Amino acid sequence: MLSPLWRLVAQRVALGVLLLFGVSVLIFAGTQLLPGDVATAILGQSATPEALANLRRDMGLNDPAPLRYWYWLSGAMVGDFGNALSNGLPIAEALGKRLANTLFLATCAAAVSVPLAIILGLVAVRHRNGFVDRVISGVGLASTSLPEFFVGYVLMYFFAVKLQWFSSVATVYDDMPLGERLSVVVLPVAVLTTAVLAHMMRMTRAAILNVMQSAYIETAELKGLGALKIIYRHALPNALAPIINVVMLNLAFLVVGVVVVEVIFVYPGMGQYLVDHVAKRDVPVVQACGLIFATVYIGLNMVADIAGVMANPRLRHPK
Amino acid sequence: MIGLTLTIGFVLIAILAPWIAPFGNADVVGDVWEPMSGKFLLGTDNLGRDLLSRMIYGTRVTLVIAGLATALSFTMGSILGFTAAVIGGWPDQWLSRGVDLLMSIPTLIFALVVLSVLPSTIPVLVLVLGILDSTRVFRLSRAVAADINVMDFVEAAKLRGEKTPWIVFSEILPNALTPLISELGLRFIFAVLFLSALSFLGLGVQPPDADWGGMVKENKEGIVFGIPAGLIPAAAIAVLTISVNLVADWILTRTTDLKGGRGNG
Amino acid sequence: MAEANGATGQPLLEIRNLRIEATVFPPGEKPRDIVIVDNVSLTLQKGKVLGLIGESGAGKSTIGLAALGYGRGGVRITGGQVLLRGIDILLGGKKGLRSVRGRRVAYVAQSAAAAFNPSHRLMDQVVEATLHHGLADRAQAEQRAIGLFRKLGLPDPETFGRRFPHQVSGGQLQRAMTAMALCAEPDLIVFDEPTTALDVTTQIDVLASIKEAIRDTGVAALYITHDLAVVAQVSDAIMVLRNGKQVEYGATGQIIHQPAMDYTRALVSVRSIVHAAQQPAPTPLLEVRNVDASYGGSSTKVLDGISIQLSVGQTLAVVGESGSGKSTLARVMTGLLAPSRGEIVFERKILPARLVDRSKDDLRELQMIYQMADVAMNPRHTVGKIIGRPLEFYFGIKGDAKRRRVQELLDEIEMGSGYIDRYPAELSGGQKQRVCIARALAAKPKLIICDEVTSALDPLVSDGILKLLLNLQKIEGVAYIYITHDLATVKAIADSIAVMHQGKVVRYGTRSEVLTPPFDDYTDLLLSSVPEMEIGWLESAIERRRMDSAGH
Repeated sequence: MLSPLWRLVAQRVALGVLLLFGVSVLIFAGTQLLPGDVATAILGQSATPEALANLRRDMGLNDPAPLRYWYWLSGAMVGDFGNALSNGLPIAEALGKRLANTLFLATCAAAVSVPLAIILGLVAVRHRNGFVDRVISGVGLASTSLPEFFVGYVLMYFFAVKLQWFSSVATVYDDMPLGERLSVVVLPVAVLTTAVLAHMMRMTRAAILNVMQSAYIETAELKGLGALKIIYRHALPNALAPIINVVMLNLAFLVVGVVVVEVIFVYPGMGQYLVDHVAKRDVPVVQACGLIFATVYIGLNMVADIAGVMANPRLRHPK
Repeated sequence: MIGLTLTIGFVLIAILAPWIAPFGNADVVGDVWEPMSGKFLLGTDNLGRDLLSRMIYGTRVTLVIAGLATALSFTMGSILGFTAAVIGGWPDQWLSRGVDLLMSIPTLIFALVVLSVLPSTIPVLVLVLGILDSTRVFRLSRAVAADINVMDFVEAAKLRGEKTPWIVFSEILPNALTPLISELGLRFIFAVLFLSALSFLGLGVQPPDADWGGMVKENKEGIVFGIPAGLIPAAAIAVLTISVNLVADWILTRTTDLKGGRGNG
Repeated sequence: MAEANGATGQPLLEIRNLRIEATVFPPGEKPRDIVIVDNVSLTLQKGKVLGLIGESGAGKSTIGLAALGYGRGGVRITGGQVLLRGIDILLGGKKGLRSVRGRRVAYVAQSAAAAFNPSHRLMDQVVEATLHHGLADRAQAEQRAIGLFRKLGLPDPETFGRRFPHQVSGGQLQRAMTAMALCAEPDLIVFDEPTTALDVTTQIDVLASIKEAIRDTGVAALYITHDLAVVAQVSDAIMVLRNGKQVEYGATGQIIHQPAMDYTRALVSVRSIVHAAQQPAPTPLLEVRNVDASYGGSSTKVLDGISIQLSVGQTLAVVGESGSGKSTLARVMTGLLAPSRGEIVFERKILPARLVDRSKDDLRELQMIYQMADVAMNPRHTVGKIIGRPLEFYFGIKGDAKRRRVQELLDEIEMGSGYIDRYPAELSGGQKQRVCIARALAAKPKLIICDEVTSALDPLVSDGILKLLLNLQKIEGVAYIYITHDLATVKAIADSIAVMHQGKVVRYGTRSEVLTPPFDDYTDLLLSSVPEMEIGWLESAIERRRMDSAGH
């Protein structure tokens, strides 16, 4: 039989899958709020009763909602999202490329922000309440209050327009070499990093401080261990769980932050794709993008949860 | 105190808008993107309208929508959260699971999904922002109330025979004020940022009205050409959020030092 | 002072004129410095044990930690010397201190559960100091550790080290912590209230193990505690501390039998309250009939067939250790937990099992006082509001009449005027508990359930509370159900006693009946585990235990 630890993990995974189903229902229901329906929206001015009836039949809009939901979901599970309303092309293809771009951007941002956040968090703890700590906290507080487009356009204004170091439009195409790709995403990554760095760093600092105030840290000090050894052997293993939790949560936040950044820098990712098609009221595309975003978000949250469970020695080695 | 002055300043501007703005909200009074001058203190925007006037009217739009949304999310979230914590049992389970589900979708994504089918009128925006945000308020107020609910003095009140209203208002609420008030500030900031983001993406307030986010959108093309018009509304948002943050922080430190407060006492 | 230790030669530890300060930040005022330890000096010879005793805030832990050159929570050593074998460790700088800590001086904390790192196995932590200071290699260190586990009486010494802290019990952890301190073979160990958090029956075993280990290894020890009876068992000399100053310092025998200072005398004579036990009345005020109870519909009974009675104006003490079910009994009586069988009869009427079904008057007659006064009062209510609410709620008294009555009650609990508008945070521990008593009295109840009300207080303060409770009983005629694990209190104030063990009442009757042999096994164990303030009690108790187990 499964050990209790793996049973907990399995529970979390099952919960995640359940949530995903629930979310898919919500997304589907959300798009059904349309007053009138999709057919009216497409035909617009040229909506005669016969044209409407025909289009509805072709699009399967006469079926009851649960049935339509089922068709949509079953298609999505095998990667078939149907065709976009705006141009009639299959969504899955365009989605694939866009998704890859977005993931690239998000990964770069994560690769920069996560190590930076942890290092800054450690530094802040080391110089707790000192000048360095307060500066870091202050800057952090400021940057969480700033809207992404503010940071984005300020950076663009200075670095792209005035200094001409980077391009203000981040276009990527299929066979772009890695080096060029990286230089193109520098500004977007900088903006994303500012958005999540402060929060992650503050939480890391809080998590480490919380651990540092535990009694077992005092025990280690009274055994004569040096500061570095104490942090490494005693503090870190216990701070791991909350830190992983924070990192995962912020990565999930990144997934959403990516949307605005892509629009600022006109980067051909999923965020840009979604926003364009919301304006066009292209429901199938919106549903598909919504589902993908939600999956990534829930997936990351689930990993955070599981990491938290696995890092807990009480659960790894039950009585 | 800078925070308090600035925040009050913004509120005053919003209230007095029609009397202090030099020009009308939608009047085209000059050339496109004129630089700052004596006549147009902040220059003109992409259609030649006075930027300063639009900013002043924009204050009103931004504060009203964000304020209403925050009021809605806060009332809903805290009432439901408190009730769930104090009553417990099935209502608590259902509410918590429901909130968990809602929180599993990134807010922006869900807002986009809904706004792809609904028109972006002010009531819709307020409702969408309010309901989505209430989930976080629910989580916090439920956690705070649950924390206090298990204290012996609440049990002592129950043993005395006190009814639920007394327990919620006299025992729990006074001790929950501090985290709730600071959360109110944070929710407002979030509402402002969220609204701005939506408008920036074209899905928020529709023209000719504009909140600051929408104004950034209108003027963003200019930035590539070195015209800073789009940066000004963005800066205004930043100033507003930082000031509210400072105010919330200040309230937090003041109330935890209150005699009898739970903060440092 | 050297005579107290009865040995000659250079002392192992010598503290001279120690002065320790800290900065406090009172809300709404400027931060100021206060003196926590003021001009304390002591000497300790090799192989001897010095007991540091005092109430909370006396500075005993602070002095103990100063022997390692450590100040907890921002506390600073601002004067004096700490000489270890003649060398002042305070002058050695960070590096010097680190070479002393864990190697020449070791520390055993009060709560072993918190002091062990939950992420590492016990063996790793026990040998850590030894390995860090390069005193032995891994294999040797582990052998030493296993030997210590055996000597301290831990189960399965060979494999014990492989467990994690959360997998072993509190008493075992405390012994593991002692092993951790001894492993590096230090010259001095500082024991900081090592048995305070343990049950009485576990305490005696751990105490004996510690004493044996000290004797076998020849290590010197500072033993910090607030319990004079415990310290009398293990130390050769005792120093009595109060508010950071030394009150008295001498050989154990002298302190116990011929205390010179008044404060010391008070500490020694604690629990000497005399209260003549009354006989139970023919008709009881409260009767618990055959009550069973369990939590959340599970089948394991937390209470099994409890039947006890209480007469008007008398005190029934319910004694038991953790897990005995005594707190659950209180919850059943107040209606927070409905019994699965049996009933509670109050003044010859059956009380509704659940709180919601009881009338306001029912609720008024039965009041409760909690162990932790801090959380038993709403921090945002003034004292006046706390005591005044029952007056308003039950009797409809308001305004001036209410204020007058509140002041009357404050006088009754021996707190004068000027407290009505204060907040709980401004009161001392004893005062907080008194306010809780006043709140209970305000309802004019016939019965008050006291749930471990003095367990969290210092001995002298709780003495005051007990005297107050007895006084109030005479004046108001209120009956008490006094739940506690402290047998000394029970002997002092109870009229009848019920001993609980694992959900059952194993012994019940009047005070003299219960405390007179022959005893059942558990009561016997319980009674014999309470340390008496006699030298040599520990040895005879252990001897008695050994004889009992050999005899069975």
